[in-house]
Amino acid sequence: MAGKTLYDKLWDSHLVQQRDDGSALIYIDLQLLHEVTSPQAFEGLRLAGRKPWRTSASLATPDHNVPTTKHERISGVDGIEDPVSKIQVTTLDENCNEFGITEFNMKDIRQGIVHVVGPEQGATLPGMTVVCGDSHTSTHGAFGALAHGIGTSEVEHVLATQCLVQKKSRNMLVRVDGELSPWVSAKDVVLAIIGAIGTAGGTGYAIEFGGTGIQSLSMEGRMTVCNMAIEAGARVGLIAVDDTTIEYVKNRPYAPKGEHWDMAVAAWQDLVSDKDAQFDEVVVIKSEDIKPQVTWGTSPEMVIAIDEAIPRPEDQIDPVKKEGYARAWKYMGLEGKTTLADVTLDRVFIGSCTNSRIEDLRIAAEVVKGRKVASSLKQAIVVPGSGLVKAQAEKEGLHEIFEAAGLEWREPGCSMCLAMNADKLGNGEHCASTSNRNFEGRQGFGGRTHLVSPAMAAAAAIAGHFVDVSEFVKH
Amino acid sequence: MRPFTKHTGLAAPLDLANVDTDMIIPKQFLKSIKRTGFGKNLFDELRYEDEGQPDQSCERRPLRHDFVLNQPRYAGASVLLARQNFGCGSSREHAPWALDDYGIRSIIAPSFADIFYNNCFKNGLLPIVLDAEEVDQLFAEVDAKEGAQIDVDLENQTVTSPSGAKFEFVVDQFRKHCLLNGLDDIGLTLQQEESIRRYEEKRMNDAPWLFLSREQ
Repeated sequence: MAGKTLYDKLWDSHLVQQRDDGSALIYIDLQLLHEVTSPQAFEGLRLAGRKPWRTSASLATPDHNVPTTKHERISGVDGIEDPVSKIQVTTLDENCNEFGITEFNMKDIRQGIVHVVGPEQGATLPGMTVVCGDSHTSTHGAFGALAHGIGTSEVEHVLATQCLVQKKSRNMLVRVDGELSPWVSAKDVVLAIIGAIGTAGGTGYAIEFGGTGIQSLSMEGRMTVCNMAIEAGARVGLIAVDDTTIEYVKNRPYAPKGEHWDMAVAAWQDLVSDKDAQFDEVVVIKSEDIKPQVTWGTSPEMVIAIDEAIPRPEDQIDPVKKEGYARAWKYMGLEGKTTLADVTLDRVFIGSCTNSRIEDLRIAAEVVKGRKVASSLKQAIVVPGSGLVKAQAEKEGLHEIFEAAGLEWREPGCSMCLAMNADKLGNGEHCASTSNRNFEGRQGFGGRTHLVSPAMAAAAAIAGHFVDVSEFVKH
Repeated sequence: MRPFTKHTGLAAPLDLANVDTDMIIPKQFLKSIKRTGFGKNLFDELRYEDEGQPDQSCERRPLRHDFVLNQPRYAGASVLLARQNFGCGSSREHAPWALDDYGIRSIIAPSFADIFYNNCFKNGLLPIVLDAEEVDQLFAEVDAKEGAQIDVDLENQTVTSPSGAKFEFVVDQFRKHCLLNGLDDIGLTLQQEESIRRYEEKRMNDAPWLFLSREQ
């Protein structure tokens, strides 16, 4: 019999009941909750007179709606100026109180983006199943955990039963071989992967990311890669557990301690795909081929290396692609432009569950240090992923570097990634963004998003347009 | 949940690949704490010229007349014809809620994104995957004749085109059962309480660190 993949192992260890029709009941170890996709789930519980199955398996924090300016944040939830946002955040506070769920509210230094907070607290652990009403839950797969986004009905289902009805996905291995070039980051790796397999390339699969190019990444980098698995269509992204994983988890507040720690570490050694495991699909990418990436269109697969020409609709053979490209060219206002260096930027956003961890901020600070944001830019903001990331960055003096360069240093939250708070793009504005989606209107009505790494966003903020950061830092 | 058995309705062709959930229902409408009322903002940016706001009346907003649902011949459509990878992006269940609230009962496309596909079944909506050629034929037939209706039969797993061509589709048997009977799957899962408890006991023994209290 062939060996098991990491995904097979995680699936098997959480199987409560296999049904004849192919569906299965899977046990969920951790559910993360935020204010946008949970209110209707709690309401459903109330209407049916149900209680959460196990409150200690949930952790909540508001992130999508929270304002990021100091003056709005100083008085916690009362300071939210948008009344609709305020109701949603207040509702999360009330629901967590009523149902006895641990919440890091707006006044708690541990508050932040759910996908930054879970790992930071050691709430996310290797070998777990993790769900959240947010598609970027795939992030937690970086820990060798089976993690994916769910809808609100399923949020309610997990609260009530601690289980999910699931059908097993197929296994895909994306192997990144070899050492990454200097200034090429995890973000460039995952954008290049999405460019290669497309936004539906991973649909129906759990993607395991492997190879030396992945193994050499820090946990922050691995989270960035798994975070965007969903942008390749895969609900699940996974990376095998190794010493880097275990080192990161050790001594985190919710990580096991003492005897439990030793037991856990012993069990986690098995969280790798067996050597003879069979994948349904294998994709191999060479690290040396990956250059700093920038998206040019309105789908994450519309991505090119910084030195490439923007692909033209008329050069596409596939009619669906031709039409999609034409629509994207029009929306993005690319007429008359040949490369992305020709695009004048209006705003820069460094943040989101993809790139708001300490490593991301350190590299962005390194690029802008001693330089000034281009005068043509309307705004450049840096939004740390959590209160603790913010505190760490301030301890290192990163905020001073950003502010001296002319970038705004904000309070933690999802912010301009999806513009549910006041941070958004104006109609027609171009933004270099370290977030995960460049869909039409995502960052604001008519807004034009270009996805990049933190280093590329920082360099773009200084230059006022896209540049190859590996060249830029030489000057 | 409202059951879905058979449905015959006016079909509207949305001829666009990779329609994401941000397009289906833009973020500013996700601030609601209800499950209803999203229909007027379905495809908001494709449907209206201006930027929509939550709680705003849409009656006087300028329409984008080229958008399919704004064309008089598709008023009252309840079957949506779509292209590949429909519903990609965010996990927001507000997307199927908006489609449902608008009056869509079934969506037919060559492929769907996983989370969206799954969310539909929880809300009495039937997403149907057909071969690209079959979807092409439905697009052509619907375009050719005003008022063209499509018939969807979940029990027999068939779609009948306006001209009478029958296409079979595949659906997971558990989902079909729940949808046909309008079953609340939380209730069904809770019938397995003993299996869940048994699993927990074993797991608590093998991996006790997963069951520690989070209050610290």
